[in-house]
Amino acid sequence: MPVTRLTDLTVGDLAVSYGPVRALGGLSLRVPAGSIVAVLGANGAGKTTLLRAVSGTLRFHRGVSRGVIEFGGARLSGLSASAVVARGIVQVPEGRRVFARMTVEENLRAGGLGRPRKAARLARDRVHELFPVLRERAGQRAGLLSGGEQQMLAIGRALMAEPAALLLDEPTLGLAPLVAAKIAETIREINALGTSVLLVEQNVAMALSLASYAYVLEVGEVALEGPAGELAASDEVRRRYLGVADAVEGRLATRTLPRWSA
Amino acid sequence: MTTFLELLVNGISIGAVYALIALGFVVIFKATEVVNFAHASLLLAGGYLVARLHPLVGFWPALLLGVSAAAVVAALIEFLIIRRANVGSHSVLAIVTIGVDIVLTTELTRQIGTEVLAVGDPWADSVVRVGGITVAETRIVALVTASLLIGAFLLAFKYTGWGVAMRATAEDAETAALMGIRLGRVSLGAWAVAGGLAAVAAVFLCVFPTPGLDRSTSLAAIKAFPAAILGGLDSTTGALVGGLIVGVTEALMSGYQNDLAFLGRGIGDVAPFLVMIVILLIRPAGLFGTKEPARV
Ligand SMILES: Nc1ncnc2c1ncn2[C@@H]1O[C@H](COP(=O)(O)OP(=O)(O)OP(=O)(O)O)[C@@H](O)[C@H]1O
Ligand SMILES: [Mg+2]
Repeated sequence: MPVTRLTDLTVGDLAVSYGPVRALGGLSLRVPAGSIVAVLGANGAGKTTLLRAVSGTLRFHRGVSRGVIEFGGARLSGLSASAVVARGIVQVPEGRRVFARMTVEENLRAGGLGRPRKAARLARDRVHELFPVLRERAGQRAGLLSGGEQQMLAIGRALMAEPAALLLDEPTLGLAPLVAAKIAETIREINALGTSVLLVEQNVAMALSLASYAYVLEVGEVALEGPAGELAASDEVRRRYLGVADAVEGRLATRTLPRWSA
Repeated sequence: MTTFLELLVNGISIGAVYALIALGFVVIFKATEVVNFAHASLLLAGGYLVARLHPLVGFWPALLLGVSAAAVVAALIEFLIIRRANVGSHSVLAIVTIGVDIVLTTELTRQIGTEVLAVGDPWADSVVRVGGITVAETRIVALVTASLLIGAFLLAFKYTGWGVAMRATAEDAETAALMGIRLGRVSLGAWAVAGGLAAVAAVFLCVFPTPGLDRSTSLAAIKAFPAAILGGLDSTTGALVGGLIVGVTEALMSGYQNDLAFLGRGIGDVAPFLVMIVILLIRPAGLFGTKEPARV
């Protein structure tokens, strides 16, 4: 994808609650233009909630937020989901959420509806280059694709809008290691072409190998942050999230492990 | 046999008109998950405008105006009421549409009074004879028009950006929004299309052999509800098949009601509902539906 707008995504003191449930309590983070930033954390830490707040879809879950979200200095808070997309931020939601009853081609089309016909066609050609399988399966119902292919479709669909920033929610969840590695490789390629990436993962090793900076969330707050290399080397992260010596640090490790090793 | 064929042709023709109404109903449900009980009043509004306008501007301009006005009224209902009604559940919105229906129908009934308004169509009471059977010209025009409109709609639904946005929203509204699809526009478009289709249907419900538009016209429209429901509320195919089933059942039951006297008079009017109940007992989601209309 071509470099569109080089801009930082910043989240300042973001708090979100769903009725009585407080999901995020004053979280701040930054995704510098052109970088890959990882957000890690166990189930229920608030990772998806963070992405919903950025994308403007909290209202689908009756969630209420406070705090500042800015993209290139312009406020995103309060914008509708389509307005956020129009500003160049597109999300690949958790669980892929392809339109199962529509064809692969129609799914891609749905991702590029906001753009002129010609631009959408060019974007589609690039997506086909990135994921040739989506060209082969163009006429097939998306619901019939394998999990890995569905993830490729979900990413391809998001790329149809040629985002300046891509938000990925657990893109390797439930995928075989080889397929997960292929997805990781693609994320690197997409980023190399200039798209910033906010990567939410429970696959800590993979996320830290891709990202330049990472945040670890625990019950709605940043528990730990730093350059990915440093986090990967830190004893605490290795113990708690990489499953090294997990017998001692039982709580978080067992909560994280079943999913990250799956 | 001739009687049977005549009844069948009439049934298919009226069924195609019901299908137009049911299609609008289904489109609204797909786009917004709202069961629009105000549909009959939209239809009455469209028909009323055509009936009032044709003496002034002629039939075709009146039709165009009536269809546009019904589309606008439907869009206004969406924009001013449905979108703003800040309620969590779609059942509550369905009840809101009942309120809208009552208000609109009451006002229109007051305007119509006891009159029977002609819609001023050019086909009047001419009939066509083909191979021994006699069919009113209006029935043939209704069938052709409804088929063309339905065909155009299905093509648009399949191939245009509007159709892709509609289907994506119907399948997963949140994800559609994440892709930049404007749900408000999708919903507005669905209501407008449904309103326009209902107005066309209104005209064909009021032409020969029906004497014209009167306060009971919206009752005729209510037969499109079983058509939509028995086909499956979220299926366009279902709306078409449902419309035809209701139309044909009604025509045959009315045509043979003397032979069916043991079932009681007026069986033609209740038959569509009986068929709906039987089908729902066997297939709760309707013939082609995927979602049971449990939240209605
Ligand atoms: N729609 C909702 N309504 C109410 N509470 C919610 C909703 N979505 C999430 N929550 C709650 O908010 C908190 C954060 O959830 P969130 O889905 O953001 O976590 P997550 O880090 O994405 O978890 P996972 O790894 O399982 O996807 C949890 O306590 C969760 O129960
Ligand atoms: Mg999540």
